[in-house]
Amino acid sequence: MRQARGAFAVLAGGTDLLLDIQQGRHPVVDTLVDVSNIPELSTIEVYQDHIYLGAGVTHKQIISSQLLLENAQCVVEGCGLIGGPQVRNVATIGGNVSHALPAGDGTISLLALDTQVEIASIGGRRWEPLLEIFAGPGKVTFDRQQELVTRFRFNKRLEREGSTFHRVMRPQGVAIAILNMSGWVKLDDSEHLADVRIACGPAGPKPFRGFETESFLRGKCLDETILMEAARVLDAEVNLRTSKHRATKDYRHSLLPVLLKQVLLLAVSRAKENRE
Amino acid sequence: MTKLTFIVNGEHKQVEIEPGEMLAEVLRKRLGLTGTKISCDELECGVCTVLVDDLPVLSCNYPAIKANGKHVTTIEGLASDGNLHPLQEAFVKKGATQCGFCTPGQIMTAAALLKEHPDPTIDDIEYALNDTLCRCGAYPAIVDAIRAASDKINHGTPIEYPQYEFEGGHKVIGQVVKRPEAVDKVTGAAIYTDDISFPDMLIGATLRAGIPHGRVTRLDTTAAEKLPGVHAVLTAADIPGRVNHGLVIQDWPALVGVGEKVRYVGDAIAIVAADTEDIARQALDLIEVEFEQLPVVTDPVEAKLDGAPLVHQEGNLLKHIKVDKGDIAAGFEQADVIMEDIYTMPTYEHAFMEPECSVARVTEDGRIELWVGSQIPYADREQVAAALDLQPQEVRVRSPLTGGGFGGKEDIAGQIHAAMLARSTGRPVKILYSRHESLLVHPKRHATRIKVTLGLKKDGRLTAAQTELFGDTGAYASLGTKVMGRATTHSTGPYIVPNVKIDCYAMYTNNPPAGAFRGFGALQACHAIECMMDQAAERLGLDPVEFRRMNALRENSITNTGQHLTESVGLLECIDRVEAEMLQSTNGAAPFAAREVKGQPNKRRAWGFAVAFKNTGLGEGAPDKATAEVELLDGGIAEARISSAEIGQGLVTVLQMITSQELGLPLDQVRVLLSDTDLTPDGGPTTGSRQTYISGNAVRHAANSLREQMAATLAEKFDVPPDEIKFIEGLAQVREEMVPVTDVVALMKQEGKEPKVVYEYWAPKTFPLGEEGDKHFAYSFAAQATEIELDLDTGEVAVIRTIGATDVGKVINPLGFQGQVEGGTIMGIGHALTEEFIIEDGIIFTDYLARYRMPSIHHTPREIKVIAVEHPTSEGPYGGKGVGEISTMPVPPSIVNAIYNACGIRIKTLPIDQDWLALELRKKAK
Repeated sequence: MRQARGAFAVLAGGTDLLLDIQQGRHPVVDTLVDVSNIPELSTIEVYQDHIYLGAGVTHKQIISSQLLLENAQCVVEGCGLIGGPQVRNVATIGGNVSHALPAGDGTISLLALDTQVEIASIGGRRWEPLLEIFAGPGKVTFDRQQELVTRFRFNKRLEREGSTFHRVMRPQGVAIAILNMSGWVKLDDSEHLADVRIACGPAGPKPFRGFETESFLRGKCLDETILMEAARVLDAEVNLRTSKHRATKDYRHSLLPVLLKQVLLLAVSRAKENRE
Repeated sequence: MTKLTFIVNGEHKQVEIEPGEMLAEVLRKRLGLTGTKISCDELECGVCTVLVDDLPVLSCNYPAIKANGKHVTTIEGLASDGNLHPLQEAFVKKGATQCGFCTPGQIMTAAALLKEHPDPTIDDIEYALNDTLCRCGAYPAIVDAIRAASDKINHGTPIEYPQYEFEGGHKVIGQVVKRPEAVDKVTGAAIYTDDISFPDMLIGATLRAGIPHGRVTRLDTTAAEKLPGVHAVLTAADIPGRVNHGLVIQDWPALVGVGEKVRYVGDAIAIVAADTEDIARQALDLIEVEFEQLPVVTDPVEAKLDGAPLVHQEGNLLKHIKVDKGDIAAGFEQADVIMEDIYTMPTYEHAFMEPECSVARVTEDGRIELWVGSQIPYADREQVAAALDLQPQEVRVRSPLTGGGFGGKEDIAGQIHAAMLARSTGRPVKILYSRHESLLVHPKRHATRIKVTLGLKKDGRLTAAQTELFGDTGAYASLGTKVMGRATTHSTGPYIVPNVKIDCYAMYTNNPPAGAFRGFGALQACHAIECMMDQAAERLGLDPVEFRRMNALRENSITNTGQHLTESVGLLECIDRVEAEMLQSTNGAAPFAAREVKGQPNKRRAWGFAVAFKNTGLGEGAPDKATAEVELLDGGIAEARISSAEIGQGLVTVLQMITSQELGLPLDQVRVLLSDTDLTPDGGPTTGSRQTYISGNAVRHAANSLREQMAATLAEKFDVPPDEIKFIEGLAQVREEMVPVTDVVALMKQEGKEPKVVYEYWAPKTFPLGEEGDKHFAYSFAAQATEIELDLDTGEVAVIRTIGATDVGKVINPLGFQGQVEGGTIMGIGHALTEEFIIEDGIIFTDYLARYRMPSIHHTPREIKVIAVEHPTSEGPYGGKGVGEISTMPVPPSIVNAIYNACGIRIKTLPIDQDWLALELRKKAK
């Protein structure tokens, strides 16, 4: 990056960036810095209590990883819905996150795992909560000309934890979710939610975490009433809007309880199965 | 330049590449491996798939330098030791290749799948092929092929041709045979226009208006001309001959000059020929053009109002088409119930996988030679010649293989421009449209608004039908008068209606032109009347199938245009057979009632029903003929020649079969040469489901006459009556003696007879609307049942199963028939669920394939039951009539009717909007 001539951009899989440049959505660059051949960025590892996921790991690697299936099922599911095999073979999780779209399927699923992201530069490296790096649609808080997303980390799955990802698409038009949602739950011994995380998009200019819904749900045992009330809390804290040719605000609102119920019930049933 | 070293199909390769070059370009242009095709160039379609270290990637946007040091496998590298890979063999035998343009991508994606999952389930196959698109809709055959290949690889099971209920009847006709060009299509050897290049070839590019309506006030090309590497910049002033082109009405300028009007965003202002595409694009940027913007009209109903902006000086009405039968007022008076509703359908895009490409050069004798994937080579020749002020004979148009057409390759695209640039520069010139340009420029399906009013007796008999149609023909006429003519006559459905009144308005607007597209206006008409028929059945408390059966056209019925149908009306049998199949699947339960889905309380399933009819041929008074030539060559090979186009539908196969059948020659001793105006006589346009009938008859008569000449020659030599001579498997049987056809040819030549027959076939005469007489010489009929699953929470709709019966007179090519019906069904599903070409104030929103979704394997039901109904038409070849269009037509209304049956919500606008549907479901639930 330091040696790049003129304007440059970091290229990993390139499935978003190259088209954005060609179709005029990204400023023209003189140099593309290909980071996809850096072995350190392409590994999935366990170290102590955490899973470390390299930013250069492809969607294909993610959906083929037994380690991730056991520890991050929502990420495997989210990434498995992206593209066809050709795109998944080159598109990277770091690219999905760095693109900073409010409804990136990989991003949303990582948020449900309370993921932290490592940002590296010549000056060093630091960990930040994933949610903190988004500044707006397509915008990040770190300096793309100096810094690079290198790794993600999240907790290994423990007993009685489960996660999932789901989305609703529109059959016409671009392959971006009308609404996606990822959920992670931890059950206590009495099958109440000891902890819960909900992420969804597009629910505002940035990828969204439903903290208020999570607080509401914590300690509760899921039933129809609680699900309906939780949907109301979620409905109040999201910022849904109409996007032309994709979805109306009303439709998105109507999908919130549907997705919330699907996601929570499946995550809970997985958590129950994950009793060792 | 950078050095790229990699292994391609097992061979070490080292090439110098430019920064930013993509792998597909390197393979195609630097290594000549043109088997890898580029279709969308935007990572949407999967056509360009190759393997990099055994993983499938999209080579159109895979930076070539990333392949450094890696193994790349392309379609050319799949066969080994001259043997087809099992996938290639299976694609050939299962009919999984139609136009063939996506085939390399499908096979390479499948090859990667089989490496990972040697014995894939249907789920695995659908997941792997999810983003590898096929506009011909060969997905069911592709799935079969992958499974057959897997069985061969794993268990050594031989790959067999499929078997159908509707096979047989003749020695060759009606048998399952191999598509002759299929092997080339699965090995990457098949040549399409963009695969043709010359060493000194220039690249052409076109400056588009970019505004929907305006007058060109200034045009300055000076800077572009000065750019190094630019060899020509041409404008309207450089057109030596006729400025306008057009298949029916010449109203479409090849280039819009200063002082003239642009009428849609895709109008061409200037063309450039340069050393490279990059330079050509830079040159376009340097052309200065100014417009006086004019008010825009984009709605066909508004276009008819007084004071609407005028698209053409003469007014916005292209044509008012009328049908009157009986006494409409009396018909409504007799009715117990009168129902009325309005249905709208959007613009649809053909999205053929191969974007338009023209390559032109000036030959040594000063003629123009033009390669283009065209549906009407002789019309291209006439229009190019007229623009260049040449005689038609001074232009040669030849089509390599064509990667899909569906009606979208009938008009002029880059043909005239490429010819002009070649003549101006003296060098070959290629103009290849990007997907973006293709979406902007070529004519689409007419957006249509149809009002249907029906008068009904309580018992269900129709007393009157009145329709009013508005068709958006866009900026130029193209085939608008014909398309909306077909919409008109098909708008009261295949029903007996004593009193009819139809008014259809084909309107100019500032949208892209609309022209031919599979179904040709009759598709829109079918949708409106078939939705209305279901509404009427419900109102009258009748079963929708029984209600249709009661009113269906049958032998000796009179159509809405007064045509007496004397034969070949298989509609009732289509209805009966589809109904029987549908009832079998529900075990006799009411198919149109909503059914719950076990374990999924938010899902409902229901069947929907619709019927269709579609004329074969041009009809309505248009002279309809084809000329074919059949010649016996040395070596006992017969060659059939005709200019008609193979666009994936299987015409080569059909003509080979007919020639083989008539001459008694084995199939592999028959060659078919198509689409070359120097070498093949005029077969007319490939449109209106006419080629099997018209070109088929021309070839049949030519071959038949050639056989008679051979028989006459042998009869004289052996002194036997000519009708005692039989032709079997390449041999003439004369009494006990078998004479090889090669000897017969030699004998004919010795006698100074040329073993060649040219036959000009004229279809039965038809008459225009408003005159007495038949409007069409044959109609195909179809019935369709579709089962859908609706998600009550999200409004998502999935097609579960379809049953389609089609009366095609006689199935000549079973593999082709199956492919046409399956593919047509899938396109119909696309029209209902996934496709919508969106134009806002004349500006195109769906200007990338990412925004225009054609159905993928994901939308393809796992069960598409294809039923052939064969009510022969006496004049058709072996009784056959058209199949290409009708299979798509009844699918959208059957889906809309099924959704109504599932939830009680009636959809009146296509495509089905799940957003709207979900919100309606919410309202209903409250």
